[in-house]
Amino acid sequence: MPVNPDLVGRTYPPAETYSVGREAIRDFARAVQAGHPAHHDVEAARALGHADLVAPPTFAIVVAQRADAALVADPEAGIDFSRVVHVDQRFTHHRPVVAGDELVAELHVDQVRAVGSGAMVTSRAEISTVAGEKVATTVSSLLVRGEDQ
Amino acid sequence: MTAAIVFEELEKGQRIGERRIELSRADLVRYAGASGDLNPIHWNEEFARSVDLPDVIAHGMLTMGAAVQLVVDWAGDPGAVVDYQTRFTKPVVVPNRFGTEVEPSTALTVTGSIGAVDADARTVRVDLAVTAPDLSAPGADPATAAQLKVLVKAQAVVRIA
Repeated sequence: MPVNPDLVGRTYPPAETYSVGREAIRDFARAVQAGHPAHHDVEAARALGHADLVAPPTFAIVVAQRADAALVADPEAGIDFSRVVHVDQRFTHHRPVVAGDELVAELHVDQVRAVGSGAMVTSRAEISTVAGEKVATTVSSLLVRGEDQ
Repeated sequence: MTAAIVFEELEKGQRIGERRIELSRADLVRYAGASGDLNPIHWNEEFARSVDLPDVIAHGMLTMGAAVQLVVDWAGDPGAVVDYQTRFTKPVVVPNRFGTEVEPSTALTVTGSIGAVDADARTVRVDLAVTAPDLSAPGADPATAAQLKVLVKAQAVVRIA
């Protein structure tokens, strides 16, 4: 199997803080063709009761994938990124991500299992504010294809 | 703006709408930049073929992120989507197309219907069906190519005020 099975249970602590900016929300919203005014217009977001611009439901992937980078870069993990296929993804929002949030992500490796000559790696990012408020949990499964897959 | 949703009127099986989302190579580059996911399978044909893909493919997260907009616009508040998950089953192939302006190479078709109602939590689960034409063969015509399910078990849980 092209991934170290001993990774299960491993945790990667938060690296740098991700500061959620208004323009990052607007850019991400344009990229996913999200026209809802709460992504673009601060007054529209506030009218819905949010503190500032609201990020689209999948924006947390930006923070989660930065956390995943620690796993992929870990030489002990043995993951060849060019052979990675995204198999599934889940977002659970404890509250919406809004502009002005200062976020950190702790990455947990929940499962590693052999799939043919490859391996399926399931990781979970627990995203919270620097003050410790839970914001989102993301779970991703990545298939690392074996040489003949 | 859509009319306010009345929770008590929502039932399993109700359709929430349909949307067509065009994708060009430029859209993939835009998503790469906005998300920080610069994997060359999403913008470099030669690289994509070297790892046994038929052509450049869209980020699964672009498809997932674009598909949920049907739900966001129906709910009227992006913050109402409390949970969203999917499996990525088939790649969305995005062949090169260019003219005097950027032209779309393909299009996603998204339909949504209510899959479950939770009266205690005041949430509904919206099930999304997301398809794209099979453009894995060179020169395939998006208008006539078979539609593939590109997301499976795409489910968004929406809290209704």
